[in-house]
Amino acid sequence: MTATCGAASIHFFPVSIAVHSVFANLICEGQFSISLLDGRALVLLVGMLLSLALLAVAGQVLRRQPESLLDQDIIRTFNNRVSGWLTITIILTITMMLPRWVTVVFFGLVSFWALREFIAMTPTRRADHRTLLWVLLFFAPIQYVLVGLEMYALYTVLIPVYASLFIPARIAFTGDTKRFLERTAKIQFGLLICVYALSHAPALLSLEYNQWDSAQEKMQRWDGKPAGLLLFLIVIVLISDGAHFAWDRLCGRHVIARTVNSTRTWEGLLGAAATAAVAGMLLHLLVPVTPFTFYGAGLMAMLISVMGSSGNMTIAAIKRDRGVKEYGTLVQGHAGVLDRMDSVCFAAPVFFHVTRYFLTSPPVDSGMNPDAAILFGQFAEYFHWMI
Amino acid sequence: MKQISIPVLVTLAKFFSGATLRWVDCEPDKCQRVYFANHTSHLDALVLWASLPRHLRVLTRPVAAKDYWTGGPVRRYVSSLFNVLLIDREKVRAHSSPIDQMIRDIGMTHSLIVFPEGGRNPDGEMGEFKSGLYYLGRKRPDLELMPVYIDNLNRVMPKGEVLPIPLLSCITIGPPIWLEAGEGKNDFLKRARQAVLNLRET
Repeated sequence: MTATCGAASIHFFPVSIAVHSVFANLICEGQFSISLLDGRALVLLVGMLLSLALLAVAGQVLRRQPESLLDQDIIRTFNNRVSGWLTITIILTITMMLPRWVTVVFFGLVSFWALREFIAMTPTRRADHRTLLWVLLFFAPIQYVLVGLEMYALYTVLIPVYASLFIPARIAFTGDTKRFLERTAKIQFGLLICVYALSHAPALLSLEYNQWDSAQEKMQRWDGKPAGLLLFLIVIVLISDGAHFAWDRLCGRHVIARTVNSTRTWEGLLGAAATAAVAGMLLHLLVPVTPFTFYGAGLMAMLISVMGSSGNMTIAAIKRDRGVKEYGTLVQGHAGVLDRMDSVCFAAPVFFHVTRYFLTSPPVDSGMNPDAAILFGQFAEYFHWMI
Repeated sequence: MKQISIPVLVTLAKFFSGATLRWVDCEPDKCQRVYFANHTSHLDALVLWASLPRHLRVLTRPVAAKDYWTGGPVRRYVSSLFNVLLIDREKVRAHSSPIDQMIRDIGMTHSLIVFPEGGRNPDGEMGEFKSGLYYLGRKRPDLELMPVYIDNLNRVMPKGEVLPIPLLSCITIGPPIWLEAGEGKNDFLKRARQAVLNLRET
């Protein structure tokens, strides 16, 4: 506990001292915890809920402004996003107070819905029916059962190995060879992004983590709750998405790929990564919900931001190819789950594996790992002392 | 028993079809109507019926093929639950035409769901309309004829498959049409078919 809340990186941020004194009992000293949440995670969740609620109110105020003043299309997109994330955060707040499997099931349902949306808008042929049946009713649920049972060795290979070989074989058995590779790729990709990638978000909950203890200069068992890592991931994705939008508007000059998204610029991408890094470090000071060091939190946030932006671009490219703007409007009236989750889908597996590689407890059994883990901690420490 | 199994059936139908119901330029209403839709899958009748608001559902009877819905105990039981009006496709006689049977069965309270194409097209394209809708409109000019476009259900359960895959689909109901005075059969059927096709774009 002392390593997270202690003097390591607080002294140059007076505001954090004030916050610490207010929440001292709840955050640092208290033994408070409900199921997956400890005091720090709860404070972060309440903060998220309040900020999203504020944004929702702001969005409603903006919606009532005259058409001439604001582009209503942007306001509508903004409101959709805010209300979508508010709903997700409210559900997460509830599920995290319940046993771990409830959160796993919730992510399973989100995955299932995203995959439905993905396949509903991707043309497949009649011969693919049985394959899709397997994918939706077998592989997708089994992946989450394995995550729920914490069977790491199986859930990391179920889809990349078994499903991705099963899909082309099953389609070949139907004898329909028209656009064979294309159909196979569509189903594999949908399963990979919507189910496999996203399942790494709840998988964060099943690991034990170590933490770099700067006082003793070695790795120590982290005493926080793993839900904090999942919340960190989601908060940073949200901040990064928002920052990307803001930077694009404020100083976007160089569009990345006009054919994919005419508003996404390099300035936005870099600005979002920088903003996310700052947010990650601030989060470490205010509500340290992760086992990362001060700079570690910044680096991880930057990684999440870059992955999130890439995910957004990838899904946008698929949407452009299919000629739809939002998955939600493809089949009228559905809230586009995939529209909301695209960034998380891309960020979750990379965040999971980097965290697991460096910080899992007991350490990952690979030749270089213990040194690398210490290097990771020392790297951060090194920069910390420079400032 | 039916009090439990009907909601279960409705929930299952809604889950597997992932159907959204849209009313375009019209409102749900208890007046007597004929919903006529494109036919893409055996699930069409069930899903359209299940998607209707509850107070309309109890008043609405889908017209379906007798040979399919009496094939086996499961289908027979399901068809008894959603109040299907079974029409014999093979034996159509002059004195007991399906149209007369429909008009007799709906009385002055019920609405109908019909699929004027008759059968399903395997490629999902819409076929020509059979004349039943025209005769319905002529014998009961007071019925509101509501065009319905069903999208993507053929992928949920294509012809020849037993198990549905839970994709998403969309049901669009458009503004009613009536048989115009002096309108010929072919003109009317063409107009009705176009009314369904137009909903594809909205």
